[in-house]
Amino acid sequence: MKPAPFAYTKARSVEHAVELAGRDGEARILAGGQSLIATLNMRLSRPTLLVDINGLDGLDGLALKDGAVEIGALVRHAQAGRSDIIAKNAPLIAKAIPHIGHPAIRNRGTIGGSIAFADPAAELPACLVALGGEVVIAGGRGERTVKADDFFTGLFETELGSDDVLKAIRVPAANAATRIGFAELARRHGDYALVGLAAAARAEGDGLADIRLAYFGVGATPVRARKAEAELARGALDDAVAALADDLDPPDDVQETGAVKRHLAGVLLRRVAKQLMEGRQ
Amino acid sequence: MPHSRNIALTVNGERYEREVEVRLMLADFLRHHLGLTGTHLGCEHGVCGACTILLDGRSARSCLLLAVQCDGHDVMTVEGIAPSADALHPLQEAFRDHHGLQCGFCTPGMLTTLIEFLRENPDPTEEEVRIAISGNLCRCTGYQGIVAAALDAAKRMQAAPA
Repeated sequence: MKPAPFAYTKARSVEHAVELAGRDGEARILAGGQSLIATLNMRLSRPTLLVDINGLDGLDGLALKDGAVEIGALVRHAQAGRSDIIAKNAPLIAKAIPHIGHPAIRNRGTIGGSIAFADPAAELPACLVALGGEVVIAGGRGERTVKADDFFTGLFETELGSDDVLKAIRVPAANAATRIGFAELARRHGDYALVGLAAAARAEGDGLADIRLAYFGVGATPVRARKAEAELARGALDDAVAALADDLDPPDDVQETGAVKRHLAGVLLRRVAKQLMEGRQ
Repeated sequence: MPHSRNIALTVNGERYEREVEVRLMLADFLRHHLGLTGTHLGCEHGVCGACTILLDGRSARSCLLLAVQCDGHDVMTVEGIAPSADALHPLQEAFRDHHGLQCGFCTPGMLTTLIEFLRENPDPTEEEVRIAISGNLCRCTGYQGIVAAALDAAKRMQAAPA
């Protein structure tokens, strides 16, 4: 018995989950539990109430709606990985999923949980930012939508308040001009990345436009490399790699120094730029 | 008991009803309440893979699941893999024949992970096997015997489907 004592309630609806979370300031939403329960076991987290949303209707849908792919919060990583809708319309997410943990983790872990937990070294938050997606949130004052660029506010910090429940994410559906790239460097397959890069762009003439480069593992949140994006849009790959010196300032961590991470970010940019260009017809 | 619940679930085909504290992990429930000590606990935070079981047929870490979350569900542990008390599953036979274990601590998680993997990938490559077990740590074998056993088990299972 590792976790400190807590009360446990299975929510009957999203509204019920919002109400329960709002009533108890130390409540946590339990989805896949692949991060939350580990922190409970280590007593890094001591909520007084767990609100279990597993099995709630309407949170495990996966659909193409109005030019966007909507992924319900409770869609498991493995389910998304097997989905034809994702493979066809959100290929960046399809490409990222095999890098998330291991099969047993992906069977339980949820898309909503990854986004809400907002681990700065995780794949999906960066994909959401690269795709310019948005997050649908149910809260005490009703439903609202927050753009990915505004959602991640700090280390494990997001726009989610204590009585908010993440309902779904939306990303623009891919079309013939969409180009995506993804690469990460990790010590072992399934580990959190030392550095990773999720990227999306639009093919235009001989080049790329609307390039969005979202790095993970280099700061407190997914980090857009905006100067590198501008250089890459000019077709200047070497200048884009050089611009990372301004865009990124990765802190040292237990795995690598910031200087090594910045170097690896350049290595990844060359790989991902190749993927973005190769996808062109 | 404070914060306790009644749960009913199926483990290895047998139905159990128990009262459990809500903070009890499935792994501890299996080991201490049901006496099914084949499921091993290593890191207890989802990294080592030793506690992997099958929940409704899909692999999951039993250290990252509350027992109450398994109410109404079907669990299979390493004890449920062999077809009978005096026969081994082809995957277990292959582990024995290829020295796929030394101390045996990681073995329950390796077997449950590979049961699901081989069901979905009946004819895997060596690289696919290595990625499949990348979430299961073994500190004895260097993985060579485990990979050889998994590849041989795939052949045996294709030759004689269960």
